[in-house]
Amino acid sequence: MLQDKDRIFTNLYGLQDWRLPAAKERGAWNGTADMMAMGRDWIIDQVKESGLRGRGGAGFPTGLKWTFMPKEIGDRPHYLVVNADESEPGTCKDREMMRHDPHLLIEGCLVASFAMGAHACYIYIRGEYIAERLRLQEAIDEAYEAGLVGKNAVGSGWDFDIYVHHGAGAYICGEETALLESLEGKKGQPRLKPPFPANAGLYGAPTTVNNVESIAVVPTIIRRGASWFAGLGRPNNTGTKVFCISGHVNKPCNVEEEMSIPLRTLIETHAGGVRGGWDNLKAVIPGGSSVPLIPKDICDNVLMDFDALKDVQSGLGTAAVIVMDKSTDVIKAIARISYFYKHESCGQCTPCREGTGWMWRVLERMAKGDAQTSEIDDLLDVAGQVEGHTICALGDAAAWPVQGLIRHFRHEIEERIDAYRSDRPVPVHQAAE
Amino acid sequence: MSVRRLAKEQPTEFSFSPENLAWAEKQVAKYPDGKQASAIIPLLWCAQKQNAGWVSEPAMRYLAEMLDMAYIRVYEVATFYTMFNLAPLGKYHVQLCGTTPCWLRGADELKAVCEEKIGPKGTTSADGMFTWTEVECLGACCNAPMVQINDDYFEDLTKETLGAFLDDLRSGRAPKPGSATGRTSSEPFGGPSTLTDPNLYDKSAAAPVDFAGRTAPSEGGSDASG
Repeated sequence: MLQDKDRIFTNLYGLQDWRLPAAKERGAWNGTADMMAMGRDWIIDQVKESGLRGRGGAGFPTGLKWTFMPKEIGDRPHYLVVNADESEPGTCKDREMMRHDPHLLIEGCLVASFAMGAHACYIYIRGEYIAERLRLQEAIDEAYEAGLVGKNAVGSGWDFDIYVHHGAGAYICGEETALLESLEGKKGQPRLKPPFPANAGLYGAPTTVNNVESIAVVPTIIRRGASWFAGLGRPNNTGTKVFCISGHVNKPCNVEEEMSIPLRTLIETHAGGVRGGWDNLKAVIPGGSSVPLIPKDICDNVLMDFDALKDVQSGLGTAAVIVMDKSTDVIKAIARISYFYKHESCGQCTPCREGTGWMWRVLERMAKGDAQTSEIDDLLDVAGQVEGHTICALGDAAAWPVQGLIRHFRHEIEERIDAYRSDRPVPVHQAAE
Repeated sequence: MSVRRLAKEQPTEFSFSPENLAWAEKQVAKYPDGKQASAIIPLLWCAQKQNAGWVSEPAMRYLAEMLDMAYIRVYEVATFYTMFNLAPLGKYHVQLCGTTPCWLRGADELKAVCEEKIGPKGTTSADGMFTWTEVECLGACCNAPMVQINDDYFEDLTKETLGAFLDDLRSGRAPKPGSATGRTSSEPFGGPSTLTDPNLYDKSAAAPVDFAGRTAPSEGGSDASG
């Protein structure tokens, strides 16, 4: 369990003042120039030693990602792009950071950009977050006014410009190369990799795309020391994490906790427990809609981190915990997620464009029971054909919830089909005349 | 994917108001020379706001010319991104989140309210006040269920509160955005379970840090906040 003194987002709920003077009193912008004076390599080493893994879903080590950028700045500028296109169902953490602790993010952008040799940073925020975008811009204006960003940012000698850019309602733009396409003024359709953004990203220039949380935690990690962060959680799963707990809990909330906290402790300590008590739990989607659900018997003991959830064939994803109690029609819940992916597929790759709609239509029938038991295996087969056969991970993200449902609740689908069939005549397949 | 087509009836022309034109020029200046196309989404958004909530075909041509883009590229963007409305709609656009986290907490009940007070999904009410659509996750899942009405989020809704809000808007009163149950944001209902230590707010976190003084980064003190 994390103590308050180890929390990074001390204004997560907006109960304090978000503006610069108050943010400074809470520690933001403390020693930023000194930190930068330690050098680019030192900063990257600190981030590496902290064990920070990307907070946007994939969990790639942040410090390592930064080293993929060219060491020297050549004829192309370097860019940092912050992924604030928070759209993964269940996830609403970046929003709180941007509207309540914006200066931690802005400071993080400066430090990370400096470490990667970038003089410009774009924050790509989802279009629907209008109030959040205005707030962030206001905070950036404050930072310019105070000389914290701009020419000779915070007196460091580093020139740094930071811009807010917004999307217009496309989940796929949270995929880093789709985000770059969108930022260039195009449809958000992912690019084939390689080349990776660190070689050819925004405008063909070296670019690193990081999640809001990954960037916003960096200055505090460096202030308190990499070993402080590395000492929280478990090895390879270090630090603090903002969890978003939604669904059938008594008190849905965002909360910053220690990585590797047991799922049950997380829900019972902060979210007021499962509606109707722990034994009323049916399943949890532990990391946003893209990861497979886990049934109660796994929830009883699982730890909330990358490795523990991978071991139970799920994932930490964005740490968006979607709780479903026993009243939930779990087939319908997953069918709704399938609709989401059908709606959000960019249409570029055939397996995803066609497969997401196909899976959704079958699941809608299964939710009614209007299907045949053999179709469960067909569904699994199609999910497997979408997974791994597309340019980006949206295809995987569409397949995994379906696979998770069949893995853990196949019996429920079968019972639904049997019940539906019991008072109807058995369909007879006839040869065409 | 969703099928999106332009409205059959289109105005004959579009141009930015002087204020919006000045604003647009500031947006374009955010991007490097020659990369002005980057501004297309913000500019389409601004054009939509100026045009009662939808993007017209002349607006796309106007922006294509302004940003030196082929019209088809602007058309692609306007039809790809679902926040661009391609046909006229009511004064208030009610976007109801129907994705699983909101669905688990009663989005279907909110849909019934919209159907009763506005009409079938995707339609505009007879008085022209409302259009309601079902949208995908709006990223306020800890405050589910919720809707976005024009620019504002309305969270922690019940069928009663949403119904009252729609009635308010219809009679010219503006309901307060945010949580309908009085939460500040996404803290647990009844008050936070964290961030209660007064030492967090006593300025101690702003005490000087000696980075160079650390013997080695890996051996730094674990309580190096001071």
